Amino acid sequence: MKIHEYQAKEILKGYGVSVPKGRATETPGEARRIAEEIGRKPIVVKAQIHAGGRGKGGGVQVVNSPEEAEKAAQKMLGMTLITHQTGPAGRIVRKVLIEEGVDIKEEVYLGVVVDRSRACPVIMASREGGMEIEKVAAESPEKIVKEWVDPSIGLKPFQVNKIGYGLGLEPAQVGKMRNIVFGLFKAFYEKDCLLAEVNPLVLTKGGDFIALDAKMNFDDNGLFRHKEIAALRDLNEEAPLEVEASKYNLNYIKLDGNVGCMVNGAGLAMATMDIIKVTGAEPANFLDVGGGATVEMVKNGFKILMSDPGIKVVFINIFGGILRCDTLAKGVTEAVREVNVNVPVVVRLEGTNVEEGRKVLNESGLNFTVAIGMKDGAEKVAEAVKTKG
Amino acid sequence: MSILVDEKTRVVVQGITGNEGLFHTRQMVEYGTKVVAGMTPGKGGQKVDGIPVFNTVLEAVKETNTNASAIFVPPAFAADAMMEAADSGIRIIVCLTEGIPTLDMVMVQEYLKERGATLVGPNTPGIISPGKCKIGVMAGYIHKQGTVGIMSRSGTLTYEVVDQLTKKGIGQSTCVGIGGDQIIGLDYVDLLAFFEKDPETEAMIMIGEIGGTAEEEAARFIEKHVSKPVLAFIAGLTAPPGRRMGHAGAIIAGGKGTAKEKMEALGKAGVRVVRNPALVGEEMETILKGRRS
Repeated sequence: MKIHEYQAKEILKGYGVSVPKGRATETPGEARRIAEEIGRKPIVVKAQIHAGGRGKGGGVQVVNSPEEAEKAAQKMLGMTLITHQTGPAGRIVRKVLIEEGVDIKEEVYLGVVVDRSRACPVIMASREGGMEIEKVAAESPEKIVKEWVDPSIGLKPFQVNKIGYGLGLEPAQVGKMRNIVFGLFKAFYEKDCLLAEVNPLVLTKGGDFIALDAKMNFDDNGLFRHKEIAALRDLNEEAPLEVEASKYNLNYIKLDGNVGCMVNGAGLAMATMDIIKVTGAEPANFLDVGGGATVEMVKNGFKILMSDPGIKVVFINIFGGILRCDTLAKGVTEAVREVNVNVPVVVRLEGTNVEEGRKVLNESGLNFTVAIGMKDGAEKVAEAVKTKG
Repeated sequence: MSILVDEKTRVVVQGITGNEGLFHTRQMVEYGTKVVAGMTPGKGGQKVDGIPVFNTVLEAVKETNTNASAIFVPPAFAADAMMEAADSGIRIIVCLTEGIPTLDMVMVQEYLKERGATLVGPNTPGIISPGKCKIGVMAGYIHKQGTVGIMSRSGTLTYEVVDQLTKKGIGQSTCVGIGGDQIIGLDYVDLLAFFEKDPETEAMIMIGEIGGTAEEEAARFIEKHVSKPVLAFIAGLTAPPGRRMGHAGAIIAGGKGTAKEKMEALGKAGVRVVRNPALVGEEMETILKGRRS
């Protein structure tokens, strides 16, 4: 789960990481009052959306008075911000963060992620602050300092020294960085993050470190023990159909193709998308109804799938294990009766109770194309796409 | 032979009295797996279908000589369950639970390593040596005893591949679901080494997907240490970057972990990479024919 910059800064502040003075708001008037409270210039107005690259898209403005802050907020609130991470549709700005400006001597990168291969957290730092760390890693990996943290021992002071001196900082700077590294790591660990990142971490002319931007991604599987974090979920930042799907515990991701698909199991769902592509069509979505799906879940999944207007053909590919084929067939026939389906539906069923499942489809009186095997299914989909033109 | 589990494996089911635990215990017993004990704290002394239930795994080990565990407990308690199994001397731990916090797994991994326990999963359909032993939730009847070793990060996609093989008369030595999470126990490299040594295994199938670098690490290992043929399919060529595709571990992050990169790495290591998931069975048939002629 992602959260906004202002929320991440709020959390990190609680862990002793210094952040610029300021607050988020939804109205220009309040933006002006926050700027007045800050009481100095410059003031920075930042659009709050779950995507990077906001500066280039006009989502960050530096102003010199509360009046200008109000104007900038007025302009930003409600605008659709398009960045390289939002896709062409962009995101609507609903909140802005009003902050004091910081005089920047140098920008540093500091982040914590889980190293999958080593099965432990790794702290990464670089003096190429402000740049995406993936880019630095690809272009000049020698500029990144890494420290792996032993999960049973925790982060130790010598490791922070290794990071600081590894970056080539002065002794006084390493001392000032210590609390920030410890605070960021502690927040990462205690809040079940998958990523906690301060980029850039600014070294000010006065010699202090301050988090100019912050990003935290949380482990969905850890949210059950962090109700306060789960409450920060912003549904406005998610595609409406995906929000709808999540209500039924369905895993749906919208794509731009013409073949809608419904599959059980994430791996088979991806493989089904891939085979659609192999046949020359494009998958319109990822939809995993899971191993323990009920008739109700299948029905809702099918409805969500069908509400995408770009769909020309539907491919249902089920390998029944725990999910029985007759359950799936009942869900689909019920859904088709309720929704107006005017595109071909190719169904491939295999596995547990497959005969009962095929029987439900055949006796429904509805027009399904039944496929035997994944290959046959893909070919029938390709054929249907061609006829639909 | 087969790897990791066979007719000598004696299983304890942790969480045997829960819905899932009970359902799959029955399925496992029906398949012929020796389920010798169950474990649910507070339910010690009860019996489930004649299987004795214990309060702790240690009691189960002492009383029934169990040497493998199947874990069917909710995500919040799964880390504890895995550590208890390892602490009690269980050597093969199969954790079926989906949704365990990543940082819990960080802790579990270290604990298990120190105690020399082997973990399959979590978030796995389990492990099956057809005709001998099944610890997991896969449908037993689609499998057939034979000579192809399978390792996979996915559940139903593995059933798909197994089904394609079985319908062509090609059996499997052992099928292992390594799990769809970010942090897992046994990985491809461990299994490649086991299958390479197993005299019954003639060839292997690796089913991978986007996210992480496990497939690339496998490619490096295959190049140096594997002489038997390996066939691979990598799911997610059409997956969008930055999105988690159902499995916690299936995400292209910062442009890394794409299916294309993985296919290239495996191809370079001499692995036959199939692009069409419907053709895995056919490809394996060709490989086996080539070896036998």
